[in-house]
Amino acid sequence: MTPTTTAVAVGSAVRATGLRKSYGDHLVLDGIDLDVAEGTVFALLGPNGAGKTTAVQILSTLIGADDGEVSVAGHDLAREPDAVRVAIAVTGQFSAVDKLLTGEENLRLMADLHHLPLTEGRRRAADLLERFDIVDAARKPAMTYSGGMQRRLDLAMGLMGDPRLIFLDEPTTGLDPRSRRGMWQIIRDLVAEGVTIFLTTQYLEEADQLADRVALLDHGRVVAEGTPGELKRQVPSGHVSLRFADGHQLDRAARALDGSRPDGEALTLQVPGDGGVRALRALLDQLDRVAVEVEDLSIHTPDLDDVFLALTGQPDTVEVISR
Amino acid sequence: MSTLSYAVADSTTMLRRNLKHMVRYPTVILFVIGIPVVFMLLFVYVFGGTLGTGLGSGVTGGRTDYANYLAPGILVLTVAGGGQGTAISVAMDMAEGIVARFKTMNISRASVLTGHVLGTTLQSMLGLAVVGAVALLVGFRPNANPVEWLAAIAVLLLITLALTWLCVACGLVSKSVETASNLPMPLLLLPFLSSGFAPTDSMPDAVAWFAEHQPFTPFIETIRGLLLGTPIGSDAIVTVVWCVGIMLFGYLSARSLYDRDPSR
Repeated sequence: MTPTTTAVAVGSAVRATGLRKSYGDHLVLDGIDLDVAEGTVFALLGPNGAGKTTAVQILSTLIGADDGEVSVAGHDLAREPDAVRVAIAVTGQFSAVDKLLTGEENLRLMADLHHLPLTEGRRRAADLLERFDIVDAARKPAMTYSGGMQRRLDLAMGLMGDPRLIFLDEPTTGLDPRSRRGMWQIIRDLVAEGVTIFLTTQYLEEADQLADRVALLDHGRVVAEGTPGELKRQVPSGHVSLRFADGHQLDRAARALDGSRPDGEALTLQVPGDGGVRALRALLDQLDRVAVEVEDLSIHTPDLDDVFLALTGQPDTVEVISR
Repeated sequence: MSTLSYAVADSTTMLRRNLKHMVRYPTVILFVIGIPVVFMLLFVYVFGGTLGTGLGSGVTGGRTDYANYLAPGILVLTVAGGGQGTAISVAMDMAEGIVARFKTMNISRASVLTGHVLGTTLQSMLGLAVVGAVALLVGFRPNANPVEWLAAIAVLLLITLALTWLCVACGLVSKSVETASNLPMPLLLLPFLSSGFAPTDSMPDAVAWFAEHQPFTPFIETIRGLLLGTPIGSDAIVTVVWCVGIMLFGYLSARSLYDRDPSR
Protein backbone atom coordinates (compact mmCIF):
# COMPACT_ATOMS: atom_id res chain seq x y z
CA MET A 1 0.00 0.00 0.00
CA THR A 2 1.76 3.15 -1.17
CA PRO A 3 -0.77 5.97 -1.07
CA THR A 4 -0.21 8.79 -3.50
CA THR A 5 0.66 11.88 -1.57
CA THR A 6 -1.12 15.10 -2.24
CA ALA A 7 1.12 18.13 -2.58
CA VAL A 8 0.99 20.34 0.50
CA ALA A 9 3.32 22.91 1.94
CA VAL A 10 6.12 21.13 3.73
CA GLY A 11 6.07 21.78 7.44
CA SER A 12 2.31 21.79 8.02
CA ALA A 13 1.03 18.97 10.17
CA VAL A 14 -2.53 20.22 9.88
CA ARG A 15 -3.83 22.69 7.36
CA ALA A 16 -7.52 23.48 7.12
CA THR A 17 -9.33 26.17 5.20
CA GLY A 18 -13.02 26.90 5.51
CA LEU A 19 -13.74 23.86 7.67
CA ARG A 20 -17.46 23.68 8.19
CA LYS A 21 -19.71 21.26 10.05
CA SER A 22 -23.27 21.34 11.26
CA TYR A 23 -25.48 18.87 13.06
CA GLY A 24 -28.85 19.41 11.49
CA ASP A 25 -29.67 23.08 12.00
CA HIS A 26 -26.94 23.53 14.57
CA LEU A 27 -23.80 25.04 13.06
CA VAL A 28 -20.84 23.66 15.02
CA LEU A 29 -17.86 24.81 12.93
CA ASP A 30 -18.41 27.93 10.89
CA GLY A 31 -15.59 27.91 8.36
CA ILE A 32 -12.46 27.71 10.46
CA ASP A 33 -8.88 28.00 9.12
CA LEU A 34 -6.03 26.27 10.91
CA ASP A 35 -2.34 25.87 10.18
CA VAL A 36 -0.25 23.81 12.56
CA ALA A 37 3.49 23.65 11.93
CA GLU A 38 5.21 20.29 12.35
CA GLY A 39 6.90 19.69 15.67
CA THR A 40 4.91 22.35 17.52
CA VAL A 41 2.11 22.36 20.08
CA PHE A 42 -1.09 23.92 18.85
CA ALA A 43 -3.92 24.59 21.28
CA LEU A 44 -7.53 25.01 20.31
CA LEU A 45 -8.96 26.88 23.24
CA GLY A 46 -12.60 27.43 23.93
CA PRO A 47 -15.51 26.92 26.31
CA ASN A 48 -17.71 23.85 26.29
CA GLY A 49 -19.73 23.65 23.12
CA ALA A 50 -17.35 25.83 21.10
CA GLY A 51 -16.75 22.98 18.62
CA LYS A 52 -13.36 21.74 19.84
CA THR A 53 -14.22 18.05 19.99
CA THR A 54 -15.97 18.21 16.62
CA ALA A 55 -12.83 19.71 15.10
CA VAL A 56 -10.71 16.88 16.52
CA GLN A 57 -13.21 14.25 15.36
CA ILE A 58 -13.05 15.62 11.82
CA LEU A 59 -9.26 16.02 11.72
CA SER A 60 -8.78 12.49 13.10
CA THR A 61 -11.03 10.95 10.37
CA LEU A 62 -13.77 9.87 12.79
CA ILE A 63 -16.47 12.03 11.20
CA GLY A 64 -16.78 13.85 7.92
CA ALA A 65 -16.75 17.60 7.34
CA ASP A 66 -19.51 19.36 5.42
CA ASP A 67 -17.11 21.67 3.63
CA GLY A 68 -13.50 22.82 3.59
CA GLU A 69 -10.08 21.75 2.39
CA VAL A 70 -8.17 19.80 4.99
CA SER A 71 -4.82 18.07 4.90
CA VAL A 72 -3.46 16.18 7.88
CA ALA A 73 0.11 14.86 8.03
CA GLY A 74 0.49 15.74 4.36
CA HIS A 75 -2.54 13.80 3.15
CA ASP A 76 -5.90 14.97 1.99
CA LEU A 77 -8.37 14.06 4.73
CA ALA A 78 -11.28 13.15 2.49
CA ARG A 79 -9.35 11.25 -0.19
CA GLU A 80 -6.70 9.43 1.85
CA PRO A 81 -8.14 8.79 5.32
CA ASP A 82 -6.08 5.62 5.78
CA ALA A 83 -2.82 7.45 5.07
CA VAL A 84 -3.84 10.03 7.67
CA ARG A 85 -4.68 7.25 10.15
CA VAL A 86 -1.19 5.78 9.84
CA ALA A 87 0.36 9.07 10.96
CA ILE A 88 -1.91 10.07 13.85
CA ALA A 89 -2.97 9.05 17.32
CA VAL A 90 -6.03 10.33 19.17
CA THR A 91 -6.58 10.60 22.89
CA GLY A 92 -10.09 11.63 23.69
CA GLN A 93 -11.77 13.31 26.57
CA PHE A 94 -13.26 9.94 27.52
CA SER A 95 -10.56 7.34 27.66
CA ALA A 96 -10.55 5.06 24.65
CA VAL A 97 -9.19 2.05 26.48
CA ASP A 98 -10.72 -1.41 26.67
CA LYS A 99 -11.75 -1.33 30.31
CA LEU A 100 -12.23 -5.11 30.51
CA LEU A 101 -8.63 -5.78 29.49
CA THR A 102 -5.55 -5.08 31.59
CA GLY A 103 -3.20 -2.21 30.81
CA GLU A 104 -0.67 -4.60 29.36
CA GLU A 105 -3.30 -6.36 27.21
CA ASN A 106 -4.52 -3.00 25.91
CA LEU A 107 -1.00 -2.12 24.78
CA ARG A 108 -0.44 -5.53 23.20
CA LEU A 109 -3.78 -5.18 21.41
CA MET A 110 -2.45 -1.98 19.85
CA ALA A 111 0.82 -3.70 18.96
CA ASP A 112 -1.11 -6.47 17.19
CA LEU A 113 -3.27 -3.96 15.32
CA HIS A 114 -0.10 -2.21 14.14
CA HIS A 115 1.13 -5.62 12.96
CA LEU A 116 4.30 -5.44 15.04
CA PRO A 117 6.21 -8.70 15.45
CA LEU A 118 5.33 -10.43 18.74
CA THR A 119 8.61 -9.81 20.58
CA GLU A 120 8.82 -6.23 19.33
CA GLY A 121 5.23 -5.59 20.48
CA ARG A 122 5.89 -7.02 23.93
CA ARG A 123 9.09 -5.03 24.33
CA ARG A 124 7.39 -1.78 23.37
CA ALA A 125 4.42 -2.54 25.64
CA ALA A 126 6.84 -3.05 28.55
CA ASP A 127 8.68 0.19 27.68
CA LEU A 128 5.45 2.19 27.54
CA LEU A 129 4.19 0.72 30.84
CA GLU A 130 7.47 1.82 32.38
CA ARG A 131 7.48 5.26 30.80
CA PHE A 132 3.89 6.05 31.78
CA ASP A 133 4.21 4.65 35.28
CA ILE A 134 1.64 1.87 34.86
CA VAL A 135 3.97 -1.04 35.71
CA ASP A 136 2.38 -1.81 39.08
CA ALA A 137 -1.12 -1.95 37.60
CA ALA A 138 -0.10 -3.58 34.30
CA ARG A 139 -1.91 -6.83 35.12
CA LYS A 140 -5.07 -5.21 36.50
CA PRO A 141 -8.18 -4.49 34.39
CA ALA A 142 -8.21 -0.89 33.15
CA MET A 143 -11.63 -0.35 34.76
CA THR A 144 -9.88 -0.33 38.15
CA TYR A 145 -7.55 2.52 37.10
CA SER A 146 -7.86 6.10 38.32
CA GLY A 147 -8.82 8.79 35.80
CA GLY A 148 -5.23 9.95 35.47
CA MET A 149 -3.95 6.43 34.96
CA GLN A 150 -6.58 5.65 32.30
CA ARG A 151 -5.58 8.83 30.48
CA ARG A 152 -1.91 7.81 30.60
CA LEU A 153 -2.74 4.33 29.31
CA ASP A 154 -4.86 5.91 26.57
CA LEU A 155 -1.95 8.06 25.44
CA ALA A 156 0.51 5.16 25.72
CA MET A 157 -1.76 3.10 23.44
CA GLY A 158 -1.66 5.88 20.89
CA LEU A 159 2.15 5.93 20.94
CA MET A 160 2.39 2.25 19.97
CA GLY A 161 2.05 3.23 16.31
CA ASP A 162 4.81 5.88 16.40
CA PRO A 163 2.48 8.74 15.43
CA ARG A 164 3.88 11.95 13.95
CA LEU A 165 0.83 13.89 15.07
CA ILE A 166 -1.12 13.39 18.29
CA PHE A 167 -4.57 14.82 18.92
CA LEU A 168 -5.27 15.37 22.60
CA ASP A 169 -8.89 16.27 23.20
CA GLU A 170 -9.03 17.91 26.63
CA PRO A 171 -6.27 15.69 27.99
CA THR A 172 -6.49 16.98 31.55
CA THR A 173 -10.22 17.63 31.98
CA GLY A 174 -11.33 15.99 35.20
CA LEU A 175 -7.81 15.27 36.43
CA ASP A 176 -6.50 16.39 39.80
CA PRO A 177 -3.75 19.06 39.78
CA ARG A 178 -0.95 16.55 40.27
CA SER A 179 -2.10 14.30 37.39
CA ARG A 180 -2.54 17.41 35.28
CA ARG A 181 1.05 18.47 35.85
CA GLY A 182 2.19 14.91 35.09
CA MET A 183 0.30 14.99 31.79
CA TRP A 184 1.88 18.34 30.92
CA GLN A 185 5.34 16.86 31.45
CA ILE A 186 4.46 13.89 29.23
CA ILE A 187 3.31 16.28 26.50
CA ARG A 188 6.53 18.33 26.77
CA ASP A 189 8.60 15.14 26.49
CA LEU A 190 6.70 14.13 23.35
CA VAL A 191 7.30 17.51 21.76
CA ALA A 192 11.00 17.18 22.57
CA GLU A 193 10.98 14.01 20.47
CA GLY A 194 9.64 15.95 17.49
CA VAL A 195 5.98 14.93 17.64
CA THR A 196 3.34 17.51 16.69
CA ILE A 197 0.62 18.00 19.29
CA PHE A 198 -2.87 19.26 18.50
CA LEU A 199 -4.44 20.02 21.84
CA THR A 200 -7.89 21.16 22.82
CA THR A 201 -8.51 22.63 26.21
CA GLN A 202 -10.87 24.85 28.12
CA TYR A 203 -8.11 25.73 30.56
CA LEU A 204 -6.38 28.92 29.59
CA GLU A 205 -3.44 28.13 31.80
CA GLU A 206 -2.91 24.86 29.96
CA ALA A 207 -2.70 26.55 26.57
CA ASP A 208 -0.43 29.19 28.06
CA GLN A 209 1.86 26.53 29.55
CA LEU A 210 2.11 24.18 26.61
CA ALA A 211 1.23 25.77 23.32
CA ASP A 212 3.40 27.46 20.73
CA ARG A 213 0.30 28.81 19.06
CA VAL A 214 -3.24 29.18 20.32
CA ALA A 215 -6.50 29.56 18.44
CA LEU A 216 -9.49 30.80 20.37
CA LEU A 217 -12.62 29.02 19.27
CA ASP A 218 -16.00 30.47 20.11
CA HIS A 219 -19.33 29.42 18.65
CA GLY A 220 -17.59 27.57 15.84
CA ARG A 221 -15.37 30.48 14.78
CA VAL A 222 -11.72 31.20 15.41
CA VAL A 223 -11.92 34.60 17.09
CA ALA A 224 -8.19 35.04 17.66
CA GLU A 225 -5.01 33.22 16.77
CA GLY A 226 -1.37 33.68 17.68
CA THR A 227 1.30 32.87 20.23
CA PRO A 228 0.17 33.15 23.86
CA GLY A 229 2.27 36.34 24.07
CA GLU A 230 0.65 37.90 20.98
CA LEU A 231 -2.77 37.16 22.32
CA LYS A 232 -1.98 38.68 25.69
CA ARG A 233 -0.86 41.89 23.96
CA GLN A 234 -4.33 42.20 22.49
CA VAL A 235 -5.82 43.13 25.84
CA PRO A 236 -5.18 46.15 28.00
CA SER A 237 -2.38 45.77 30.49
CA GLY A 238 -3.00 44.47 33.97
CA HIS A 239 -4.19 46.31 37.02
CA VAL A 240 -3.79 46.50 40.75
CA SER A 241 -6.93 45.98 42.75
CA LEU A 242 -7.22 47.77 46.12
CA ARG A 243 -9.91 47.16 48.72
CA PHE A 244 -10.90 49.65 51.39
CA ALA A 245 -12.74 49.54 54.70
CA ASP A 246 -15.39 52.09 53.70
CA GLY A 247 -16.67 54.30 50.86
CA HIS A 248 -15.02 57.38 52.31
CA GLN A 249 -11.54 55.86 52.02
CA LEU A 250 -12.40 54.58 48.55
CA ASP A 251 -13.42 58.05 47.36
CA ARG A 252 -10.26 59.66 48.65
CA ALA A 253 -8.09 57.03 47.02
CA ALA A 254 -9.99 57.33 43.73
CA ARG A 255 -9.43 61.10 43.71
CA ALA A 256 -5.74 60.67 44.42
CA LEU A 257 -5.07 58.07 41.72
CA ASP A 258 -5.50 59.09 38.09
CA GLY A 259 -7.29 56.71 35.78
CA SER A 260 -8.51 54.46 38.56
CA ARG A 261 -11.94 52.85 38.45
CA PRO A 262 -13.80 52.63 41.76
CA ASP A 263 -16.41 49.98 42.51
CA GLY A 264 -18.59 51.34 45.30
CA GLU A 265 -20.36 48.03 45.96
CA ALA A 266 -17.24 45.96 46.47
CA LEU A 267 -15.29 48.90 47.94
CA THR A 268 -12.49 48.20 45.47
CA LEU A 269 -10.47 50.38 43.19
CA GLN A 270 -8.81 49.19 40.01
CA VAL A 271 -5.60 50.99 39.17
CA PRO A 272 -4.06 50.37 35.76
CA GLY A 273 -0.49 49.13 35.88
CA ASP A 274 1.60 46.05 35.47
CA GLY A 275 2.07 45.51 39.20
CA GLY A 276 5.84 45.84 39.10
CA VAL A 277 7.62 46.49 42.42
CA ARG A 278 8.60 50.06 41.53
CA ALA A 279 5.10 51.05 40.38
CA LEU A 280 3.62 49.37 43.44
CA ARG A 281 5.88 51.30 45.79
CA ALA A 282 4.93 54.58 44.08
CA LEU A 283 1.26 53.68 44.35
CA LEU A 284 1.50 52.93 48.08
CA ASP A 285 3.51 56.11 48.67
CA GLN A 286 0.79 58.12 46.99
CA LEU A 287 -1.87 56.53 49.18
CA ASP A 288 0.24 57.22 52.25
CA ARG A 289 0.39 60.90 51.32
CA VAL A 290 -3.42 61.15 51.33
CA ALA A 291 -3.53 58.97 54.49
CA VAL A 292 -5.71 56.17 53.10
CA GLU A 293 -5.56 52.71 54.66
CA VAL A 294 -5.60 49.82 52.18
CA GLU A 295 -7.37 46.72 53.51
CA ASP A 296 -6.28 44.37 50.77
CA LEU A 297 -4.24 44.49 47.59
CA SER A 298 -4.08 42.11 44.65
CA ILE A 299 -2.18 42.28 41.39
CA HIS A 300 -3.85 41.16 38.19
CA THR A 301 -1.43 40.47 35.34
CA PRO A 302 -2.99 39.97 31.92
CA ASP A 303 -3.45 36.31 31.04
CA LEU A 304 -5.37 34.43 28.40
CA ASP A 305 -8.51 34.84 30.49
CA ASP A 306 -8.45 38.51 29.72
CA VAL A 307 -7.97 37.79 26.04
CA PHE A 308 -10.84 35.41 26.18
CA LEU A 309 -13.13 37.80 27.98
CA ALA A 310 -12.16 40.66 25.72
CA LEU A 311 -12.77 38.70 22.54
CA THR A 312 -15.78 36.55 23.37
CA GLY A 313 -17.56 38.56 26.04
CA GLN A 314 -18.49 35.40 27.89
CA PRO A 315 -17.28 35.90 31.43
CA ASP A 316 -19.47 33.08 32.70
CA THR A 317 -17.71 30.37 30.74
CA VAL A 318 -14.21 30.75 32.10
CA GLU A 319 -12.58 30.70 35.46
CA VAL A 320 -10.93 34.00 36.13
CA ILE A 321 -7.64 33.46 37.86
CA SER A 322 -6.54 36.31 40.05
CA ARG A 323 -2.92 36.59 40.86
CA MET B 1 1.10 -8.23 3.55
CA SER B 2 -1.92 -7.92 1.31
CA THR B 3 -5.14 -6.23 2.28
CA LEU B 4 -6.74 -9.63 2.79
CA SER B 5 -4.04 -10.91 5.12
CA TYR B 6 -4.27 -7.66 7.09
CA ALA B 7 -8.02 -8.21 7.36
CA VAL B 8 -7.46 -11.77 8.61
CA ALA B 9 -4.76 -10.63 11.08
CA ASP B 10 -6.93 -7.80 12.43
CA SER B 11 -10.00 -10.03 12.74
CA THR B 12 -7.92 -12.61 14.63
CA THR B 13 -6.69 -9.87 16.97
CA MET B 14 -10.27 -8.74 17.58
CA LEU B 15 -11.39 -12.34 18.12
CA ARG B 16 -8.67 -12.73 20.75
CA ARG B 17 -9.94 -9.58 22.43
CA ASN B 18 -13.52 -10.91 22.50
CA LEU B 19 -12.44 -14.30 23.82
CA LYS B 20 -10.55 -12.56 26.65
CA HIS B 21 -13.74 -10.65 27.50
CA MET B 22 -15.72 -13.91 27.58
CA VAL B 23 -13.23 -15.79 29.72
CA ARG B 24 -12.84 -12.91 32.15
CA TYR B 25 -16.55 -12.22 32.47
CA PRO B 26 -18.11 -15.66 32.01
CA THR B 27 -21.66 -14.67 32.98
CA VAL B 28 -22.69 -14.50 29.30
CA ILE B 29 -21.43 -18.04 28.65
CA LEU B 30 -23.16 -19.34 31.77
CA PHE B 31 -26.35 -17.64 30.60
CA VAL B 32 -26.02 -19.02 27.07
CA ILE B 33 -25.54 -22.57 28.37
CA GLY B 34 -27.69 -22.35 31.49
CA ILE B 35 -30.98 -21.19 29.93
CA PRO B 36 -31.34 -24.05 27.41
CA VAL B 37 -30.24 -26.61 29.99
CA VAL B 38 -32.85 -25.36 32.46
CA PHE B 39 -35.54 -25.43 29.75
CA MET B 40 -34.57 -28.93 28.75
CA LEU B 41 -34.67 -30.25 32.32
CA LEU B 42 -37.96 -28.43 32.92
CA PHE B 43 -39.64 -29.73 29.79
CA VAL B 44 -38.32 -33.29 30.06
CA TYR B 45 -38.85 -33.86 33.77
CA VAL B 46 -41.86 -31.64 34.51
CA PHE B 47 -43.92 -31.62 31.30
CA GLY B 48 -42.23 -34.47 29.44
CA GLY B 49 -44.36 -37.35 30.69
CA THR B 50 -47.60 -35.75 29.55
CA LEU B 51 -46.27 -34.10 26.41
CA GLY B 52 -44.57 -37.30 25.24
CA THR B 53 -47.85 -39.16 25.35
CA GLY B 54 -49.44 -36.48 23.18
CA LEU B 55 -46.85 -36.80 20.42
CA GLY B 56 -48.85 -39.62 18.79
CA SER B 57 -47.94 -40.90 15.33
CA GLY B 58 -46.33 -44.24 16.03
CA VAL B 59 -44.37 -43.44 19.17
CA THR B 60 -44.91 -45.18 22.46
CA GLY B 61 -44.97 -41.83 24.22
CA GLY B 62 -43.63 -40.78 27.58
CA ARG B 63 -40.63 -38.94 28.87
CA THR B 64 -37.93 -40.61 26.71
CA ASP B 65 -39.77 -39.93 23.47
CA TYR B 66 -40.31 -36.33 24.48
CA ALA B 67 -36.58 -35.92 25.25
CA ASN B 68 -35.86 -37.12 21.70
CA TYR B 69 -38.45 -34.80 20.24
CA LEU B 70 -37.30 -31.81 22.28
CA ALA B 71 -33.50 -31.98 21.89
CA PRO B 72 -33.20 -30.48 18.34
CA GLY B 73 -35.37 -27.52 19.37
CA ILE B 74 -33.26 -26.94 22.47
CA LEU B 75 -30.09 -27.01 20.35
CA VAL B 76 -31.51 -24.29 18.07
CA LEU B 77 -32.67 -22.35 21.16
CA THR B 78 -29.07 -22.45 22.42
CA VAL B 79 -27.91 -20.72 19.24
CA ALA B 80 -30.71 -18.13 19.43
CA GLY B 81 -29.87 -17.37 23.08
CA GLY B 82 -26.24 -16.61 22.23
CA GLY B 83 -27.34 -13.75 20.00
CA GLN B 84 -28.58 -11.69 22.92
CA GLY B 85 -25.11 -11.71 24.46
CA THR B 86 -23.67 -10.58 21.13
CA ALA B 87 -26.07 -7.65 20.81
CA ILE B 88 -25.24 -6.58 24.37
CA SER B 89 -21.48 -6.78 23.93
CA VAL B 90 -21.59 -4.96 20.58
CA ALA B 91 -23.71 -2.17 22.10
CA MET B 92 -21.33 -1.93 25.08
CA ASP B 93 -18.37 -1.72 22.71
CA MET B 94 -19.97 1.08 20.70
CA ALA B 95 -20.73 3.04 23.88
CA GLU B 96 -17.04 2.97 24.86
CA GLY B 97 -14.35 5.17 23.37
CA ILE B 98 -12.37 2.14 22.20
CA VAL B 99 -14.36 1.76 18.99
CA ALA B 100 -13.77 5.43 18.13
CA ARG B 101 -10.07 4.67 18.58
CA PHE B 102 -10.30 1.68 16.24
CA LYS B 103 -12.01 3.87 13.65
CA THR B 104 -9.14 6.37 13.69
CA MET B 105 -6.58 3.59 13.18
CA ASN B 106 -5.50 2.13 9.88
CA ILE B 107 -7.00 -1.30 10.52
CA SER B 108 -9.39 -3.50 8.61
CA ARG B 109 -12.73 -1.73 8.95
CA ALA B 110 -14.90 -4.79 9.55
CA SER B 111 -12.51 -6.54 11.92
CA VAL B 112 -14.28 -5.29 15.07
CA LEU B 113 -17.54 -6.87 13.89
CA THR B 114 -15.90 -10.02 12.55
CA GLY B 115 -14.22 -10.47 15.93
CA HIS B 116 -17.62 -10.35 17.64
CA VAL B 117 -19.17 -12.80 15.17
CA LEU B 118 -16.32 -15.30 15.43
CA GLY B 119 -16.29 -15.01 19.22
CA THR B 120 -20.02 -15.65 19.46
CA THR B 121 -19.74 -18.55 17.04
CA LEU B 122 -17.09 -20.25 19.16
CA GLN B 123 -19.17 -19.56 22.25
CA SER B 124 -22.28 -21.06 20.64
CA MET B 125 -20.34 -24.14 19.52
CA LEU B 126 -19.16 -24.63 23.10
CA GLY B 127 -22.73 -24.10 24.29
CA LEU B 128 -24.05 -26.64 21.76
CA ALA B 129 -21.50 -29.23 22.93
CA VAL B 130 -22.53 -28.84 26.59
CA VAL B 131 -26.27 -28.69 25.87
CA GLY B 132 -25.92 -31.67 23.50
CA ALA B 133 -24.16 -33.66 26.23
CA VAL B 134 -26.90 -32.85 28.74
CA ALA B 135 -29.50 -33.88 26.14
CA LEU B 136 -27.79 -37.27 25.80
CA LEU B 137 -27.86 -37.63 29.59
CA VAL B 138 -31.62 -36.99 29.81
CA GLY B 139 -32.48 -39.53 27.12
CA PHE B 140 -31.76 -38.01 23.70
CA ARG B 141 -30.88 -40.94 21.41
CA PRO B 142 -29.86 -39.73 17.93
CA ASN B 143 -29.41 -42.41 15.26
CA ALA B 144 -27.34 -40.29 12.87
CA ASN B 145 -24.32 -41.61 10.96
CA PRO B 146 -21.10 -39.53 10.87
CA VAL B 147 -22.12 -37.74 7.66
CA GLU B 148 -25.48 -36.77 9.17
CA TRP B 149 -23.72 -35.55 12.32
CA LEU B 150 -21.40 -33.38 10.22
CA ALA B 151 -24.36 -32.07 8.23
CA ALA B 152 -26.24 -31.26 11.46
CA ILE B 153 -23.20 -29.39 12.84
CA ALA B 154 -22.86 -27.50 9.54
CA VAL B 155 -26.53 -26.48 9.65
CA LEU B 156 -26.21 -25.35 13.28
CA LEU B 157 -23.11 -23.34 12.30
CA LEU B 158 -24.99 -21.73 9.42
CA ILE B 159 -27.89 -20.80 11.71
CA THR B 160 -25.41 -19.41 14.26
CA LEU B 161 -23.69 -17.19 11.68
CA ALA B 162 -27.03 -15.91 10.36
CA LEU B 163 -28.49 -15.09 13.78
CA THR B 164 -25.19 -13.63 15.04
CA TRP B 165 -24.85 -11.15 12.16
CA LEU B 166 -28.48 -10.18 12.75
CA CYS B 167 -27.74 -9.63 16.45
CA VAL B 168 -24.59 -7.60 15.66
CA ALA B 169 -26.84 -5.30 13.63
CA CYS B 170 -29.29 -5.20 16.60
CA GLY B 171 -26.42 -4.18 18.88
CA LEU B 172 -25.29 -1.45 16.47
CA VAL B 173 -28.74 0.02 15.89
CA SER B 174 -29.45 0.21 19.64
CA LYS B 175 -28.89 3.54 21.34
CA SER B 176 -28.44 1.85 24.72
CA VAL B 177 -27.33 -1.47 26.16
CA GLU B 178 -30.86 -2.03 27.52
CA THR B 179 -32.35 -1.77 24.03
CA ALA B 180 -29.66 -4.07 22.71
CA SER B 181 -30.62 -6.64 25.32
CA ASN B 182 -34.33 -6.45 24.40
CA LEU B 183 -34.15 -6.32 20.59
CA PRO B 184 -33.14 -9.97 20.05
CA MET B 185 -35.86 -11.21 22.48
CA PRO B 186 -38.12 -12.43 19.64
CA LEU B 187 -35.33 -14.84 18.69
CA LEU B 188 -35.75 -16.50 22.09
CA LEU B 189 -39.53 -16.61 21.71
CA LEU B 190 -39.71 -17.93 18.15
CA PRO B 191 -38.45 -21.46 19.00
CA PHE B 192 -41.47 -21.83 21.32
CA LEU B 193 -43.81 -20.84 18.46
CA SER B 194 -42.32 -23.51 16.20
CA SER B 195 -42.28 -27.29 15.99
CA GLY B 196 -39.55 -27.30 18.65
CA PHE B 197 -41.70 -28.07 21.70
CA ALA B 198 -44.86 -29.53 20.13
CA PRO B 199 -45.86 -30.64 16.64
CA THR B 200 -47.45 -27.80 14.67
CA ASP B 201 -50.51 -29.91 13.79
CA SER B 202 -51.46 -29.89 17.48
CA MET B 203 -51.78 -26.07 17.38
CA PRO B 204 -54.82 -23.90 16.47
CA ASP B 205 -54.88 -23.07 12.73
CA ALA B 206 -53.55 -19.51 12.97
CA VAL B 207 -50.71 -20.45 15.33
CA ALA B 208 -49.89 -23.51 13.24
CA TRP B 209 -49.76 -21.38 10.09
CA PHE B 210 -47.37 -18.96 11.77
CA ALA B 211 -45.23 -21.80 13.15
CA GLU B 212 -44.94 -23.45 9.76
CA HIS B 213 -43.93 -20.26 7.98
CA GLN B 214 -41.38 -18.86 10.41
CA PRO B 215 -37.72 -19.88 10.04
CA PHE B 216 -37.32 -21.82 13.28
CA THR B 217 -39.61 -24.68 12.24
CA PRO B 218 -37.54 -25.60 9.15
CA PHE B 219 -34.35 -25.07 11.21
CA ILE B 220 -35.52 -27.50 13.86
CA GLU B 221 -37.07 -29.99 11.40
CA THR B 222 -33.78 -30.13 9.47
CA ILE B 223 -31.73 -30.83 12.61
CA ARG B 224 -34.35 -33.34 13.79
CA GLY B 225 -34.28 -35.10 10.44
CA LEU B 226 -30.48 -35.27 10.35
CA LEU B 227 -30.12 -36.55 13.93
CA LEU B 228 -33.23 -38.70 14.31
CA GLY B 229 -34.06 -39.70 10.76
CA THR B 230 -37.46 -37.98 10.55
CA PRO B 231 -38.42 -36.79 7.04
CA ILE B 232 -36.74 -33.51 6.05
CA GLY B 233 -38.34 -32.77 2.69
CA SER B 234 -37.99 -29.18 1.61
CA ASP B 235 -37.00 -28.02 5.13
CA ALA B 236 -33.26 -28.25 4.35
CA ILE B 237 -33.42 -25.94 1.36
CA VAL B 238 -35.83 -23.59 3.16
CA THR B 239 -33.37 -23.47 6.07
CA VAL B 240 -30.47 -22.58 3.79
CA VAL B 241 -32.51 -19.87 2.06
CA TRP B 242 -33.64 -18.36 5.39
CA CYS B 243 -30.09 -18.47 6.78
CA VAL B 244 -28.46 -16.90 3.74
CA GLY B 245 -31.17 -14.23 3.65
CA ILE B 246 -30.89 -13.42 7.38
CA MET B 247 -27.10 -13.45 7.20
CA LEU B 248 -26.98 -11.10 4.21
CA PHE B 249 -29.49 -8.74 5.79
CA GLY B 250 -27.63 -8.81 9.13
CA TYR B 251 -24.19 -8.41 7.55
CA LEU B 252 -25.16 -5.58 5.21
CA SER B 253 -27.09 -3.71 7.94
CA ALA B 254 -24.21 -4.18 10.39
CA ARG B 255 -21.61 -2.93 7.90
CA SER B 256 -23.62 0.14 6.95
CA LEU B 257 -24.48 0.92 10.61
CA TYR B 258 -20.84 0.56 11.60
CA ASP B 259 -19.53 2.59 8.67
CA ARG B 260 -22.07 5.37 8.95
CA ASP B 261 -20.70 8.72 9.98
CA PRO B 262 -21.70 8.97 13.66
CA SER B 263 -22.31 12.71 13.19
CA ARG B 264 -25.00 12.36 10.54
